[in-house]
Amino acid sequence: MAKTYSDLFADVRSSVRTISLEDLKARLDDTSRPRPVLVDVREKDEFRAGYIPGAIHLPRGFLEMQAEQKLPDKGAEIVVYCAGGTRSAFAAKTLSDLGYENVLSANPGFVRWKDLRFPMEEPPKFTDAQLERYSRHLLLPEVGEKGQAKLLGSKVLLLGAGGLGSPAALYLAAAGVGTIGLVDADVVDASNLQRQILHATSRVGMPKVESAEKAIKDLNPDVKVLSYRERLLSDNVDRIFGEGWDVIVDGCDNFPTRYLVNDASLFHKVPVVHGSIFRFEGQVTTFQPFEGPCYRCLYPEPPPAHLAPSCAEAGVLGILCGIIGTLQATEAIKLILGQGDPLVGRLLTYDSLRMTFRTLKLRRDKTCPACGENPTIREYIDYEGFCAGA
Amino acid sequence: MATVRIPTPLRSLTGGEESVQASGANVRALIDDLESNHPGIKDRLLDDKGVRRFVNIYVGEEDIRFLDGLDTPLQGNEEISIVPAIAGGL
Repeated sequence: MAKTYSDLFADVRSSVRTISLEDLKARLDDTSRPRPVLVDVREKDEFRAGYIPGAIHLPRGFLEMQAEQKLPDKGAEIVVYCAGGTRSAFAAKTLSDLGYENVLSANPGFVRWKDLRFPMEEPPKFTDAQLERYSRHLLLPEVGEKGQAKLLGSKVLLLGAGGLGSPAALYLAAAGVGTIGLVDADVVDASNLQRQILHATSRVGMPKVESAEKAIKDLNPDVKVLSYRERLLSDNVDRIFGEGWDVIVDGCDNFPTRYLVNDASLFHKVPVVHGSIFRFEGQVTTFQPFEGPCYRCLYPEPPPAHLAPSCAEAGVLGILCGIIGTLQATEAIKLILGQGDPLVGRLLTYDSLRMTFRTLKLRRDKTCPACGENPTIREYIDYEGFCAGA
Repeated sequence: MATVRIPTPLRSLTGGEESVQASGANVRALIDDLESNHPGIKDRLLDDKGVRRFVNIYVGEEDIRFLDGLDTPLQGNEEISIVPAIAGGL
């Protein structure tokens, strides 16, 4: 004879272990033991109204299909919850059937959890336009709603709205980085357009920060642009770097500014994604203050001017800027999301003619005057003099 | 013979070659061998104190500053990379 719902539920209840909400809370608060994996099996609308912090959302309708992807460790302690304890009991049974060895069902469930005023959090709120715009990010488990919310709340400062800054700005804006700062004193010149894709023929003669803001706003109105139409110098760097940036993307074009950026980023403890280019070759690395090497660990002194012609003097393949600038943007996004392995302690070199990438190891220099054991650089120095005297 | 990767700014000294062969029991000897075939390159890499401070020389993935410097021994099959500081970005 076919089972009724009552029979089925009775069977499930007898085979599933439960945990009370008080015990669950104590278990989550106990930092001396590994935290159990919390799984919320309610529907999307219920989850969006609030959930237990740290819970993975896996609606019961997708449980069998998505369990192995979202819950890779079948030996981990898993606590499943729903609104009242029924759906979570069925879900716990299903997980056990799938081979999960240590599954508990919270009893009763989230409705009571909320009444008890136990901690809960709400998922980030997005407009319908944002859900559509960022849909490809939201699909990635490594980004998702939390990651996208982080991007929208993040602040990235771009040094130079030129060759490297152009692709970086466009991709960071497209990704929904909420605040983009731009430092550039120049105006758009016709000779920039071979590579500086932020700008346009119709905007030749316009300040680059203004042209960049138009391009960014047109691409993504979510982005707030902070413009600094000035050259980065010792006497304005603290004001500009002090705005609470999460990441600085360095695409400037001269050695004095590179060293100034390094020292200031150490004083302000902001990571710098470094990119530099010469003709057909580029270098990218990420300087994480006091965790990895800094620019002075890598290159203690700049080359003399006659050995270091600029792109204006030596030329540069336009597309090279695109490659290096987008690599920098990728690093910035990873740092904001806290995903993957950034290029901390690694120098990526790219040769566009041979189409080769190489990764070289970088190490912190204990004797580094800026970030070593006995630093001698405690304030800004004369960077022009430092670079001219080399 | 070791393979030495020559960066763009130094390729005027190697007839435009991106990679050249050189030999030596250590990095110092390898640079002397490079100099004999590509006169002028040694001065671009070394000053009287050692490797210039805006150039790094890597054996494989490792910076010789964190190995034995110019005395870093070579077997003869390594890939040596010369990587100078470059500043361009605009």
